[in-house]
Amino acid sequence: MITQDYLLLCLGMGLVTYVPRWAPLVALSQRSLPRWLEEWLDLIPAAILSALILPALLTAGEPRQLSPWNSDLLVAGPVFLFALRTRSLGGTVVLGMALYWLAGQVIG
Amino acid sequence: MSDRAAPTGKISIVKDGIRAAWPICLGYIPIGLAFGVLAQKAGLSALAVGLMSSLVFAGSAQFIAVAMLGTGAGIAAIVATTFTVNLRHLLMSSALSVFLRGLRKRWLTLFAYGVTDESFALNLVRFREGGWDWQRALTVNHVTNAVWVMSTVAGALGGALIPAHAFGIDYALMGMFLCLLVYQLRGRIYVLTAAIAGVSAVAISLSVPGNSYIVAASVIAATAGLLIRRRWPRVAREKGAS
Repeated sequence: MITQDYLLLCLGMGLVTYVPRWAPLVALSQRSLPRWLEEWLDLIPAAILSALILPALLTAGEPRQLSPWNSDLLVAGPVFLFALRTRSLGGTVVLGMALYWLAGQVIG
Repeated sequence: MSDRAAPTGKISIVKDGIRAAWPICLGYIPIGLAFGVLAQKAGLSALAVGLMSSLVFAGSAQFIAVAMLGTGAGIAAIVATTFTVNLRHLLMSSALSVFLRGLRKRWLTLFAYGVTDESFALNLVRFREGGWDWQRALTVNHVTNAVWVMSTVAGALGGALIPAHAFGIDYALMGMFLCLLVYQLRGRIYVLTAAIAGVSAVAISLSVPGNSYIVAASVIAATAGLLIRRRWPRVAREKGAS
């Protein structure tokens, strides 16, 4: 059963998630941007990816603590090198899974 | 940037989109199943799970919402938390907007629904490589959304029966992100920006709870990168940086 409260919750969550996804697309795609902003946005993907990846590899727990000795990080090294070498997305994903699985078998 | 023209035709558009989306789908399945199992344990029906997944479509926010429901948090608190957790998409949509210039508003409205960490990173790389267009990107957004909704519902229905952590599938998204990061390192300034972002993200994540570190570190790093590029153009100017 879906209660009215639950429906309201989902609609609220959906709205506050959707607006930040939507507003910049509509606001920025309809005009030409100043050069500095374009250059800034050009650097954003590298920044976001790195900001997503490194804490996930280096920290754990709640509250978060530095915990660099884990199989996530151990696997990331060779996977990163493989990606640098081959630039193959599919290959990198499959190698990552295989090594992670292997690390789970060995380290337990 | 190469300007290979993408072949038109509905079938090849959808095919290209699906072909590009598979690493994301692979990564979403275990997370979606896990979410479904958790939500079901917290008392949500499969229908309720499907409703949330289709209206919100944001993995981490959904996990947090279910945890908060379990502690008896109110609607306002959960919605406010969702907002802060998902604010990072503001940056992602801004970066994507450069490649969607002049596109009709109704398509942008449809596109925005599917902007996630994963689809953003993948589509951005593809746009930059060329041979990619908004229709293919839109396919990626909606195929991954469908997989997300279906895996969360499947998890609620019977996810406990599926062995967790099979075949290292938990690492699929991390592997994809690592490779997409490699694609972004197109010159010295990008490497520098990524390094600043990574170090600040770790530092901020250790001192501030929640995931605000993603936005904070990205803004700090891109701003620093821009200043460096302006101040020392020779440092920044190496292959790829124009």
